[in-house]
Amino acid sequence: MNTLHDDAVLARHNLTRGEYDLIAKLIGREPNLTELGIFSAMWSEHCSYKSSKVFLKDLPTKAPNVVQGPGENAGIIDIGEGRVIVFKIESHNHPSYIEPFQGAATGVGGILRDIFTMGARPVALMDSLRFGPLDNPKNRSIMEGVVSGISSYGNSIGVPTVGGEVYFDECYSLNPLVNVFCLGLAEKDKIFYAKTEAPGNAILYVGAKTGRDGIHGASMASQEFGEDTEAKRPNVQVGDPFKEKLLVEACLEVMERRIIVGIQDMGAAGLTCSTTEMPAKSGNGVEIDLDLVPQREKGMTPYEILLSESQERMLIAARPDQVAAVKEAFAKWDLDAVEIGKVTDGGRLTCRFHGKIIVDVPVSAVVDLCPAYNRPWKEPEIPARRRSGATIPLPKDSNDILRRLLSSPTIANKEWVYRQYDHMVQTNTALLPGAGAAVLRIRGSKKGLAMTLDGNGRYAALDPRTGGKAAVAEACRNLACVGARPIGVTNCLNFGNPEKPEVMGQFKAAVEGLSQACKAFGIAVTGGNVSFYNETEGIAIDPTPVLGIVGLLEDIDRVVTPGFKASGDTVILLGENTEEFGGSEYLEAVGSISGGAPPEVDLDREIAVQETLLEAISEGLVRSANDPSEGGLAVCAAECAFHSPGKIGFELDFSEDLRPDAILFGESQSRILLTVRPENAARVLEIAAKREVPAKVVGTTGGAALKIRVGGKLLVDLPAAEANRLWMDSIPKYFAATKSPS
Amino acid sequence: MKARILVSFKDSVLDPQGQAVRNALHTLGYEPIRDVRQGKVFDLELGGISRTEAERLLPEVAAKVLANVVIEKYTWQILED
Amino acid sequence: MKFGVVVFPGSNCDADAYHAFKDALGQPTTYLWHKDHDLRGVDCVILPGGFSYGDYLRSGAIARFSPLMREVREFAGKGGLVLGICNGFQVLLELNLLPGAMLRNKRLKFLCQYVTIRVENDKTPFTRKGTKGRVLRIPIAHFDGNWYAPLETVKEVEGNGQVVFRYCDSEGRLTEESNINGSLNAVAGLMNKEGNVMGMMPHPERAVESILGSEDGLVVLHSLLENIS
Repeated sequence: MNTLHDDAVLARHNLTRGEYDLIAKLIGREPNLTELGIFSAMWSEHCSYKSSKVFLKDLPTKAPNVVQGPGENAGIIDIGEGRVIVFKIESHNHPSYIEPFQGAATGVGGILRDIFTMGARPVALMDSLRFGPLDNPKNRSIMEGVVSGISSYGNSIGVPTVGGEVYFDECYSLNPLVNVFCLGLAEKDKIFYAKTEAPGNAILYVGAKTGRDGIHGASMASQEFGEDTEAKRPNVQVGDPFKEKLLVEACLEVMERRIIVGIQDMGAAGLTCSTTEMPAKSGNGVEIDLDLVPQREKGMTPYEILLSESQERMLIAARPDQVAAVKEAFAKWDLDAVEIGKVTDGGRLTCRFHGKIIVDVPVSAVVDLCPAYNRPWKEPEIPARRRSGATIPLPKDSNDILRRLLSSPTIANKEWVYRQYDHMVQTNTALLPGAGAAVLRIRGSKKGLAMTLDGNGRYAALDPRTGGKAAVAEACRNLACVGARPIGVTNCLNFGNPEKPEVMGQFKAAVEGLSQACKAFGIAVTGGNVSFYNETEGIAIDPTPVLGIVGLLEDIDRVVTPGFKASGDTVILLGENTEEFGGSEYLEAVGSISGGAPPEVDLDREIAVQETLLEAISEGLVRSANDPSEGGLAVCAAECAFHSPGKIGFELDFSEDLRPDAILFGESQSRILLTVRPENAARVLEIAAKREVPAKVVGTTGGAALKIRVGGKLLVDLPAAEANRLWMDSIPKYFAATKSPS
Repeated sequence: MKARILVSFKDSVLDPQGQAVRNALHTLGYEPIRDVRQGKVFDLELGGISRTEAERLLPEVAAKVLANVVIEKYTWQILED
Repeated sequence: MKFGVVVFPGSNCDADAYHAFKDALGQPTTYLWHKDHDLRGVDCVILPGGFSYGDYLRSGAIARFSPLMREVREFAGKGGLVLGICNGFQVLLELNLLPGAMLRNKRLKFLCQYVTIRVENDKTPFTRKGTKGRVLRIPIAHFDGNWYAPLETVKEVEGNGQVVFRYCDSEGRLTEESNINGSLNAVAGLMNKEGNVMGMMPHPERAVESILGSEDGLVVLHSLLENIS
């Protein structure tokens, strides 16, 4: 019987009695409080993936272009010409709810460290954000804080925030989602890993001093919020983008000069995480003296020093003969590199404090031996799937519906958000925010990189498997619309409490769906993040898998944008309209909820549609492309008009035997609206026919109005300028109170 | 020795942040608050100098570094010896 | 013509400026480390954008104490060409090489977007390849770009023709809305009386390649090149 710590102590550490007994067995005695803290942090859901591991095994992680899959700080994909991309997405949901500005800012700081730790210069950031409805001032203040936090950190450090997505739904009121993506570029032969290599190497601490910040942040992210969350405020870490900028430059310099052997950032679980993971990967141990750790506050205990989550800190392993050069390189950037210990053999983490050994545990027990749970799960109940026969009443005025959709914050223009982000620094941004995907040129290459974040919680809530598939399909479609082919995936899976079988069932199904879709596209998942416990007072968010997919353009000069290019161009629809309403923005706008299952994703069709578009683009035929998603075809076409110079209107004409609202606002998948010069239309239809993709000419661009006829009746007829105003003004209107006071 | 330097915008300079705070307070119903000027507080710890020397040093660092005298004014005080 | 781009801790448009002058303009370009006391024989000093020292005290306030600023001041005093972009403009104001100071943008938000600016004076080393009244499309990205100066200073600056660029609409008109950050007299770019030191908030180095959406920044770069032949 293990009795050193009572149940209350274990509960505070989020460890079960069974886990505690296992720890005692693994280390051959009962742990002291500091050691208990170490296990608590490293065996937390956030660090150990103990509830998700068994299901994540299903994800495809191998492909010929994969240099590094899951398990390192970030995934790595080969893009040819001796270059690789290093990328990852991570959640900072819980900290952003507690303190929106710092929570989001430190989220950016953390994901940046994951990227430059591997020897890559960060070149792009994106954010997937979800908030509660904006008519609630609390939600506005969270959104304002999150956006300023991202802006403050990203702008200062000089990494452009080039895109992302923002959704609004009641389910995110008490659990906003802040998922941050970063992509870096590196030379293939200059990648660095978190390793200690050999006994005798020095362990150096660089960056900010350690304070009592965010102690137990990792376990906080692994708990539901209750009413006492306000009291957790002191846990919030404060970001220092200036310090991080110095760290980026200094770290990239010592890696470029190869004067270190391994490096890892101190993120969740701080010094504990890096001093166990690094030696674990090399089969070594580490011995450190906690008195040598630079400290910001007086009287810190070993527990606090080891578990602090102070930001902007890195741990470096270097050969003894390299230490002087490393110190000199950091001094150039006004940073101290402090030798706090050395690499040992024997595989143990040993910490000394005031001359006494106070921690002595095997690193493999901490890093690798956390139990994996096969938690009970319940297959989600899916609403009836139907492709016709919806019972909702037909709208009286389609113009009115379109107005409402264009001003719905989820669909409305997001310039209010992205103009607070420096999206042009580093001068590589070839396609500015606002399109479905961001595009960066690669200096010294003809190629371009495209990237997008996508996910639809409403679809996933109705049918997690389809939601997972749809997120992959839409992300790849967004890449295809700019002319890029997908090359790699990172994902951020935001769910409720995994101890509830319904939530675990949603998770399992969503992972299966996205896994199936990734396999169909032949792309590998190279890492990501699982965020459970997105519940406050028992209310969970919609399951929200967010996919970050990166694509490659073979020729950056062939990049396609969503805006119409000229009047008189021919508009072509690839794919097929259906009567699927489940989870649509249209249903939300008319206040109805019984729409059945979300639109089905036929992966073979999806790929055929995207291949058709990519082939047409490679022949130089396509002038603009956009995919109907939230809000359907009418919104999609309107966006093409809004993105065009001078707001070019359109006239579309549909004659299918379908409910008109399904054609205008339905969200059936695998469709793309593109424009070509009239003489090229036949060729695009020919490419589509060859691939057995339904395709037809649906109208022309021109005029100053958005006009759509269905079955001969002019159902949509709005001046483009008026519609554009609604779309542009919606979000700023909510924040009008904070505009110029003069 | 502990000292405090306060830096704020000169009265002639528009302080949009202060005005935004005032507007926010008004929306929250704090009508009696007529105006808000936002500024910065610097708490300094000094050592190895006399009070007289400190009295010369404080306005100097305020004017030279902590405030931009084109737009800002400053006050200083010694809090404890 | 040789260009030198100063690197302060926290500069983040230094590499962009380097790329613009070296690759887009095709001129020898070198970085100048802020801790050095050596301008390496450059003909023109560029103070780049970014957040020098985190802009923690005030934008540009700490950078002005960098060792290299002694040489930059001397260089400017002897008529050497100095161009400050964004944070570089803020540093020049703090150095008192240019008049006035920067306040927060009028809507209290960071702003990153394309703006249009009008060439106000085409007799300067920075604009001689432009013509007075020409409208340039160049991006901005700043929080503190709301230029302010006491009334007498503004009068003097205007009287001397020191205003080089003003924010305007796409037709070149000065409107309340086009004065994006609330600058006095819509000042977007300003030079000293002698005409050899200029600061501008818009980033010409971000507008030198068509793939990125505008080449209007080349007006400034090409003008600089005219100064030595």
